[in-house]
Amino acid sequence: MRRATLCFGLVLTVLLTTDLCSDELRFFLRSDPKTLNPAMVADEPSEAIRYLTGGVLLRLNRDTQKLQPELARSWAISKDGRTITFTLRKGICFSDGTPFNAEDVKFTMEQLMDPNLHAPTGDAFRSGTGKVIASVLAPDKIAITFPAPLAGLDRLFDQVAIVSSHSPRQETAVLGPFYVAERKPGSYIYLRKNPNYWKHDASGRQLPYLDAIRLEIQGNRDIELLHFTRNDIQLINSLDADYFDRLARSAPQEVRDAGPSLDSEQLWFNQVPSAPLPAYKREWFKSRNFRVAISSAINRDDLCKVVFKGHAEPARGPISPANKFWFDARLKPARHDTNEALRLLAQDGFRLSEGKLQDRDGHAVEFAIVTNSGNRAREAMATMIQQDLRAIGVTVNVVTLDFPSLIQRISESFDYEAALLGFVNDELDPDAQMNVWLSSAEEHQWNPKQQTPATPWEAEIDRLMRAQASSLDDHTRKKYFDQVQEIVADEAPFIYLVNKNALTAVSLSVEGAKPVPIRPQTFWNIEYLQLNVQQASNAR
Amino acid sequence: MVNLGLRRLVLAAMTLMIGGLLSATLVRYAPGFGADERQLDARLSSESLAAIRNASADERSIGSYYLGYLSRAVHGDFGVSRSLNRPVRQLLTERVGVTFQLVGKAMLLAWLAAAVLVCVACLWRAPVLSLGSTVLTGTLLCLPAGALALLSIVLNAPGYLALAFILFPKVHRYLSNLTAATAHMPHVLAAKAKGLSQTHILFWHVVPVVRREVLALAGVSVGLAISAAIPVEALCGIPGIGQLAWQSAMARDLPLLINLCMLVTASVTLANSGADLLAQERRPPL
Amino acid sequence: MKGVRRAARAMLAVIALVSAIGGFLSRFDYARQDRDAISAPASAQHWLGTDQLGRDRFARLLHGTRVSLMLAPAAAALSMLFALVIGAAPGWMGGLSERSAKLVIDLFLSVPWLFLLMMVRALLPLNTSPVVSAVVTFLVLGALGWAAPGRILQARASRLRQSHFILLARAAGISRWRLLYKHVVPNLQPVLLAQFWISIPIFILAEANLSLLGLGVSEPLPSLGSLLRELESVLSLGGGVCRFTALIVLAVVVSSLQIAVSREEAY
Repeated sequence: MRRATLCFGLVLTVLLTTDLCSDELRFFLRSDPKTLNPAMVADEPSEAIRYLTGGVLLRLNRDTQKLQPELARSWAISKDGRTITFTLRKGICFSDGTPFNAEDVKFTMEQLMDPNLHAPTGDAFRSGTGKVIASVLAPDKIAITFPAPLAGLDRLFDQVAIVSSHSPRQETAVLGPFYVAERKPGSYIYLRKNPNYWKHDASGRQLPYLDAIRLEIQGNRDIELLHFTRNDIQLINSLDADYFDRLARSAPQEVRDAGPSLDSEQLWFNQVPSAPLPAYKREWFKSRNFRVAISSAINRDDLCKVVFKGHAEPARGPISPANKFWFDARLKPARHDTNEALRLLAQDGFRLSEGKLQDRDGHAVEFAIVTNSGNRAREAMATMIQQDLRAIGVTVNVVTLDFPSLIQRISESFDYEAALLGFVNDELDPDAQMNVWLSSAEEHQWNPKQQTPATPWEAEIDRLMRAQASSLDDHTRKKYFDQVQEIVADEAPFIYLVNKNALTAVSLSVEGAKPVPIRPQTFWNIEYLQLNVQQASNAR
Repeated sequence: MVNLGLRRLVLAAMTLMIGGLLSATLVRYAPGFGADERQLDARLSSESLAAIRNASADERSIGSYYLGYLSRAVHGDFGVSRSLNRPVRQLLTERVGVTFQLVGKAMLLAWLAAAVLVCVACLWRAPVLSLGSTVLTGTLLCLPAGALALLSIVLNAPGYLALAFILFPKVHRYLSNLTAATAHMPHVLAAKAKGLSQTHILFWHVVPVVRREVLALAGVSVGLAISAAIPVEALCGIPGIGQLAWQSAMARDLPLLINLCMLVTASVTLANSGADLLAQERRPPL
Repeated sequence: MKGVRRAARAMLAVIALVSAIGGFLSRFDYARQDRDAISAPASAQHWLGTDQLGRDRFARLLHGTRVSLMLAPAAAALSMLFALVIGAAPGWMGGLSERSAKLVIDLFLSVPWLFLLMMVRALLPLNTSPVVSAVVTFLVLGALGWAAPGRILQARASRLRQSHFILLARAAGISRWRLLYKHVVPNLQPVLLAQFWISIPIFILAEANLSLLGLGVSEPLPSLGSLLRELESVLSLGGGVCRFTALIVLAVVVSSLQIAVSREEAY
């Protein structure tokens, strides 16, 4: 009898402790990753998989925002800024056991820079015409030479996951903490701990602590929240403000507001000369006074309070305060001042007539703001801007479109008047925004692909961006880019609205999580995360 | 009989071909065709952006694309999904079973519930019952599909239940109106006058009369169920073709959409043809 | 049942009257945002509370009811007309026209009309007023929503064509028009009424979903559909009964309509 009780107790203990020590982290991806090829990553779910499985030479520490060595134990950039030399760690293997060496880095770079691949990560390295040459100096040493100097060259390697040049299972052999063990497209991806992962913690224990990660595909935020409250998932990497507040009421210890994110929301007017707009509207949008007046009429504090429930702050420019080095603290957010708005408009001949604003030729000031449908925050912002501008007699029509229709309008047909969108910034270095600020570039949203700069201030921005790109000293580059930010604040080609906060949810069962504003907010230190279900039960 | 069967087959094939071409044309000329969200990626060079824009170049001429698609489809090659980078055949094989199961269960449940409620109302003729069913079906019709899907998640109920709740009120109302209309038919009045029971009248004199319309409704409800499955799958995260259809529609993924549309056309045509076949009355030989 | 029918008709009349004169009943403009009282509960000032932008729910409910209840029945009537012409008429005529109509209906039920709706949006100027956008949306819904009832009407008309009493009537020499008017159309009524009744809430909900494509009633104009979309979020749970008032109103309208127009069910 006693023996039976003891056995029963043992079995029960095993079952209970097995449950308590379950090391499978679960969270949702908002959509199915489009690719598992690390070179071709362009969407957030694919980026998450790359982050969890890819080994990189250098890693940007999302908390300190400093570069730290990973597979490379040291690196050096030549004086001309064209060559970077890595000294690799020795004795590292891929997840399938094949050894890692400089040949793999060479292979990865050659794949990445293949012009036929059109890899987004590879395009970030294109500094000029000419080939990128990777030279293996030793099994643990490699030099990569670029045709022209690249500003912030080393930080770009945070996105380069090294692939094996000789493994028989090339697609699945990885150097990161996890590898893809199972995938059911549209349903889930199951990652298992890389048995050959090179990193160890301070006590010598092999990382990662977690055994597995289960990533289910779920695009609906309501359902994500429901599953989190039921403990079906342990992380929500990005929460909307409404959901944050809802969760905060029931589980305040599980929500985290990490402060402003790198992302921004902005409005801009179509200044493309060939756009199918009436000439008088084109004139409005080209006027600095008009743009700054509209900016002054928008109440950013209300946007932060109403739409983001206080989990946002008025934006000051293209760089968020979360970007510790590049943020220009001297810039101030545009003040909400309808009198100032009317004064600026009056300078351009606009006047109020029976509560409606008219231009000097008597045209009533009316325009449409297009934004993407399905984004509740943006739709709410557009509606609030509609009311704000009514106060100065401007009629705004809000048109929500599905994303492809919107992209077609703002990038191809230019059949729009004003657009409200957000910029998702994953990069700290403003060099990543060259294609936004250069007037000849395609992402120069308000008037892309200019043959010559349409305005003197755009010509000045071109000069400053090229200057910062060719300098290798970050402080000098910052001076140039600060000037760019000041011109943008003055001319308002983008009317920056808010920087929303990085809102996340982390279950109490997760130990070691330290959410930050930079993606991936909750699992940037995935190797050090652990699960402790007992802790969560005690806390509840 | 053989001629009739052959004629139906030809008609079904024509419907499929025209349906596929019409769907492909709508997708091709819809705004946003060829647009890709990567066009907003500031990292991409102009060459890469040009390559992205040219990725759908072979789809721009819809006539030649469709003919090419048909000739490949005959050999089992249904193309590659642009948005998911996977062969369409693989995608459909993985998901079609999930949707047909979902739709099948939902239709069974909805029809069963509607039929039972209508029969009970016919047999008992209680005004409260009639009123109650009207209010219930009215309320269900007013609930958005998203709300029903969310409710099913909150209650841990299976997804087909949400779909059944979407179908039930429509099926119920048609059935209810159809059966109520037969109440005034001469043969029904005669049967009542002769003292036949309500059950006998319902199953022997009402149901055979409305059989044709009911079968037509059954055929139509397949199409309704497949359409309703799209939001339910998308919201409940069920990896069926409904979820795929929504994703591919938003991405203007022509290779995937054309196959999905043809699949839906085939299902609807099959269901309606089947309903017609069953509804055909056998005429006694003269 | 007669008493219930009378009550339903009275309810409809009250709702119609209230939504017609709603502008005078409401203290606030439906678009006015009280940014210091967002998502507020019901109070003496805001009888049904406020929404997430601080707009008075009562005002928005009144206006939304008016917009939706004017346009949705019109769209339903339009789809009934199409169903009659493209579904019932060929079913009555039989032969090649019936077979062609079946093909058209099957196509209509299968083809993704979502893309046609996107084209409609692309053709409309961006500065289309919310009212025009709403009217166009409901017209399009009416023009696209006829296929399912058309199929059932076709089956019914086809059966009627072969039924004994019609044959008798023809043999008796009744004219074609009298046959249609006296015998065919009344027998199609059950399906038409079912179609009309079902279509109203479906079109109201569909209009809200079309905002994803840039169609539908645009801000700040409310519609019952856009108010009902709040229920698609988990945030509506535990948010008080005020969020459900649009559902209650629409359910009452739809139910009352069905009761008001239903015939005696007696056999």
